[in-house]
Amino acid sequence: MASDIKLVEGPESYNGAGFQATSFDKLIGLARANSLWPLPFATSCCGIEFMSTMSSTYDLARFGSERPSFSPRQADMLLVAGTIAKKMGPVVKQVYLQMAEPRWVMAIGACASSGGIFDTYSVLQGIDRIIPVDVYVPGCPPRPEQILDGVMQIQELAKNESLRRRNTEEYQKLLNSYNIQ
Amino acid sequence: MLTNEEVAQTIIQQFGQSVSDFDDPYDLLTFTADRDQLVPLITYLREHKTLQITFLTDVTAIHYPDTPGKEFCVVYHLHSLVNNFRLRIKVYLSDGNVHVPTITPLYAGANWMERETFDLFGIIFDGHPDLRRILNMEEMDYHPMLKQYPLEDATREDKIDALFGR
Repeated sequence: MASDIKLVEGPESYNGAGFQATSFDKLIGLARANSLWPLPFATSCCGIEFMSTMSSTYDLARFGSERPSFSPRQADMLLVAGTIAKKMGPVVKQVYLQMAEPRWVMAIGACASSGGIFDTYSVLQGIDRIIPVDVYVPGCPPRPEQILDGVMQIQELAKNESLRRRNTEEYQKLLNSYNIQ
Repeated sequence: MLTNEEVAQTIIQQFGQSVSDFDDPYDLLTFTADRDQLVPLITYLREHKTLQITFLTDVTAIHYPDTPGKEFCVVYHLHSLVNNFRLRIKVYLSDGNVHVPTITPLYAGANWMERETFDLFGIIFDGHPDLRRILNMEEMDYHPMLKQYPLEDATREDKIDALFGR
């Protein structure tokens, strides 16, 4: 095998002759983290930057995000790139609600994170007002490298998440604070 | 070639007392018209044999909170494609009586422009077939372009100068 090919490190495990024992959490985390299918919700300039991230130079597909899904079906990662107007808010929320657990959300750029320069009546001042956000990517617009970094942060979250996190009371509370369920 | 002078004279001859304040800032003929003569005026300009001002460029409004009795001004931009001639008509309204007749029967394109003006300024266009908001969300209970609102929400703490090193 060529030496410049990088393989994902295996999970922490107990190895013996012909067997390997590890925890379900780690194994499933590994699988989830390396096949995060994105749902790009791109509205403006950050969306263009995100297209760049998906194209050949930056190649988001390296991270197992080979299939950008434009439907909530089978999507794990909601990437909100660009200004979200208050009128668009319910649409973003509906898309989020239609995604199945486990799901992660990334706010790409200043607008999605905080409303950015649009400190005005028509713009939602950050998508975390309507849905929970896992990773914020700063920048106006962020470079593709920053978006890749955000994806890697989500990979870390997915790797280290306990299998039962989504059933915990804490998580239910978080969702309830957004009037979800 | 139409000149501002000619057109102004034509309009004054026809409408006399109900038009006033003729001016030409940046060579754009501008004048004030009375609310009740607005529709006849625009109809006249459209049907006129030589003027042929048959294109409605824009309808919008201005808010002058400090001018008593003339708090609102609805602005109509018209264009004669044949003569390449533009003009601007202003109709002043007082606060509490922001009604103006619709011109949708004359120009179908006025429909959305008037809806936008209603959405942002709260001007009521009497006789408009479907006067509801077009840009903002339906639930909004104010008209955002009025100058009574501060530019920024003063109560916010998440975008204070300190966070931007100012």
